[in-house]
Amino acid sequence: MQRNIIIAGVGGQGILTIASIIDLAAMNLGLHVKQAEVHGMSQRGGAVESHLRISTEEIYSDLIPLGKADMILSLEPMESLRYLPFLAPDGVIVTSTEPYENIDSYPDKTELLQKISESSSAFLVDAKSMATAAGNVMTYNVAMLGAAAPYIGMEPAELEKAIVTYFGGKGEKIVETNLNAFRLGKDNTQK
Amino acid sequence: MNKQLLLGAEAIAQAALDAGISGVYAYPGTPSTEITEYVQKSPQAKEPFVRAAWATNEKTAYEAALGMSYAGKRSLVCMKHVGLNVAADAFMNSSVTGIHGGLVIVVADDPSMHSSQNEQDSRVYGKFAMIPVLEPANQQETYNMTRHAFDLSEQTALPVLLRIPTRLSHSRAVVTRTETRPHNNLTPSEEKGKWILLPANARRNYQQLLEKQQQLVSLSESSPYNKIMEGTGKKAVIAFGIGYNYAMEVIGSYKLQIPLLKISQYPLPEHKIKAFCDQYDDILIVEEGYPVYEELLKGYFGNLKFRGRLDGALPRTGELSPAPLAKALGLTTSETKVIPAIVAPRPPMLCQGCGHRDLFDALNLAMESYPYKQVFGDIGCYTLGALPPYNAISTCVDMGASITMAKGAADAGLRPAVCVIGDSTFTHSGMTGLLDAVNDRSPVTIIISDNDTTAMTGGQDSAGTGRFFDICKGLGVEEEHIRLMVPLKKNLNENSTILKEELDYNGVSVIISQRECVQTLKKNQKSKKLIAEN
Repeated sequence: MQRNIIIAGVGGQGILTIASIIDLAAMNLGLHVKQAEVHGMSQRGGAVESHLRISTEEIYSDLIPLGKADMILSLEPMESLRYLPFLAPDGVIVTSTEPYENIDSYPDKTELLQKISESSSAFLVDAKSMATAAGNVMTYNVAMLGAAAPYIGMEPAELEKAIVTYFGGKGEKIVETNLNAFRLGKDNTQK
Repeated sequence: MNKQLLLGAEAIAQAALDAGISGVYAYPGTPSTEITEYVQKSPQAKEPFVRAAWATNEKTAYEAALGMSYAGKRSLVCMKHVGLNVAADAFMNSSVTGIHGGLVIVVADDPSMHSSQNEQDSRVYGKFAMIPVLEPANQQETYNMTRHAFDLSEQTALPVLLRIPTRLSHSRAVVTRTETRPHNNLTPSEEKGKWILLPANARRNYQQLLEKQQQLVSLSESSPYNKIMEGTGKKAVIAFGIGYNYAMEVIGSYKLQIPLLKISQYPLPEHKIKAFCDQYDDILIVEEGYPVYEELLKGYFGNLKFRGRLDGALPRTGELSPAPLAKALGLTTSETKVIPAIVAPRPPMLCQGCGHRDLFDALNLAMESYPYKQVFGDIGCYTLGALPPYNAISTCVDMGASITMAKGAADAGLRPAVCVIGDSTFTHSGMTGLLDAVNDRSPVTIIISDNDTTAMTGGQDSAGTGRFFDICKGLGVEEEHIRLMVPLKKNLNENSTILKEELDYNGVSVIISQRECVQTLKKNQKSKKLIAEN
C-alpha cells in the first residue's frame, strides 16, 4: 500500500494539524511516513502545501513525484488547483468551498468551483458549516480531514484515535468538538 | 519512546542530546531554527543542563561553541547557509586550531531559495576548511550521522560540518533513537600551541591539518554511509546526500537495475570513487546544490562521461525532484495535469495589524516630498515592504547591510539616506555599521522597526529587546536624534512628521518604531489564557 497526499491551503489555516494527525495514525499502524512541510517566509499569508506519503514499503523521496498524488486535500478552493501537476490521472480533489481572499486578483468563485469539477473527480465541502455545527469554527481543518478520510488508506477509526491523542492535552471538550467535526466531514463524503 | 516522528532538524537536535552535548549555539535562520528550538523545549536538556539560548549572531554562536569545546565539552552550533558567511572567520580558523570536546556545525542550505537570498552550497566551505563533511539522505540517517559526527570530531580533533537541505530539515519521518551518553567532563585544554594562532604556531598547525587529510580520506573509504548498490549495464549514478532519495525513487518506480554509488561522507573516498567510475561509460552525478563534485570529477578539460548539472542533463539551479532525474536517465514521463490560468499567485505578505505596515505608510508619506525615494532595506519580515501596496524598500542584500549601504550612498551624496532594519537584525550586524556612521558623522536616518522579537523565523528572543535607546546612545548617537514612535494608524501624521524632521537632519539619527509583533502578541495571550485556565 502507498498513499500520496498533497495538503494545500494558505499559511495559518491549519495544514500541519491535519498532517500531524495522519502521521500519528500511520505511525501507530507501523507504516512508513514522510511528510514535507513549509516553514519560514511563505507562512506569512502565502500559499503553502505539505507532501504526505504513507507506505508499507520504505519511502525515498520526501517530495511526491509529479502525477503520483492520490489526493489533493485543500482547505481553500483556489489552492486545490495550484498543485494539479502532482495529481494522478485517477486522483481526487477534496476541497473546502470557502475562499480565503487575501489578494486582489482572487478569481470568481463560481468559475473556480467549475474549474475544480472539470479538473478531476472532486468533492466540494462546506467545511465552515460543518465546523460550526460541530461546535467551533476552529475545527474547520479537522472537518476537512473527515471529508478526506475515505481516501487516506486507513480506517477512519485509526484517524479518530489519532485525533484523541493529538488534542488530548487540550481537554475533553476540544477532543469531542474535533471528533464531531471529523464525523460530520466523513458522513458528508460517504453519503 | 524509542520511535518518534521527527523533522530532519529535530532528528539532529535529539541525536545531539543523546550524543551528550553540553550546549547548542545558534542564531535563528530558516531552515535551521527548529534544531535549537527542539533543544530549548526538551526535558532532556534540563538535567544535566544543556545551554540553548539564542546567540546575537552566527559568529558569536560559533565562537562560544568553540569555547565550550576548548573546555572539553561537546557543543553543537547551527545556522542557515548564509549564516556561515557571518561565522566564516571563526569557522575557517577553527579548522587550524582543531577542537578539544566534540564540535559539530550544522548548516542548513536552502536550494531553490525558499526563504533565502542565494543557494550557496556549504559543502564548498567544508572543503575550503579541509574538515570532514557529512550529508545524510533521510531522517534516520540524519539522527545516526549526527552521533557519528561527534565521534568523528573527537577522533580527528577537528570540527565536523553536517549539511542538510531545506527538504530534509523540514520533512518528517519515523526515527529510532539509540542510547544516551553522559556529557564530557570539564577538562580545559592545556595545549597553548594549538590554540594561539600566532604565525609560527599557525604554520605548524596548518601543516598538521594538511597531513590529516589522508586520514580523513581513509575514514571516508571505510564509512558505511558511502555505499555501492550493485546493478547491470554501462550506465551508473553517483548520488550525494538527499540526491540519493530522488535516485532511489526513480530506480524503484521504473524498476531499473542501474548501479549506484551513494556519497554521504567527505572528503571523497578516492579509491571507492575511482574503482566505481572505471567500470562505467555514462555516469549521472546527482548533487543537491552546486555541481561541486561534478566539476571535480569532470576535470578542467571535461570528461564527457560525467553528466549532471553542468551539461544540462539536470537543471543548473534549484532543488532536485524525481522528474528531472527520470528525464536525465532517458526515461519517459507521462503528461501531467496543467494548472488552470484562473489560479492567481499568492505570495507571502505582512500580517494584518502588523506594525511594519503602519511604519511603511508613515515612511511613504514622509518620502513624498523628496526627489530620491530610495530606502535601504534589510533581512526580516519587513523585507515584504518591497512588495505592493507599499513598494517601500529598494534593497535587501545581507544582515545589517541597510545601515552601511545607506552610509555609503550618503557618502556619495544621496539625500535623504534612509534605511529600515529590524530589532534582531540590528543587534545581529547593524550596531557596528551605526558606529561607522557616527564616527564619520554621516547624514543617515536609521529606522529600527522594533517588534520585540525575531519574527520571520517564528518569534525567537531578540538580543536587544528594551535597550535600543541605550544602545544607540552608547554608540554615540546624539540623544535628541534618537526618536521613538509607535506605528499605529492613528499616529500616521505624527510619525510622518517625526520621520521628516530626522530625514532633514544633517547627521546620524535613529528612529525606534516600536510595537510588539502581532503573532507573538497572539501567542503570548494564548499561553496566558492557558495558564489562567489551569
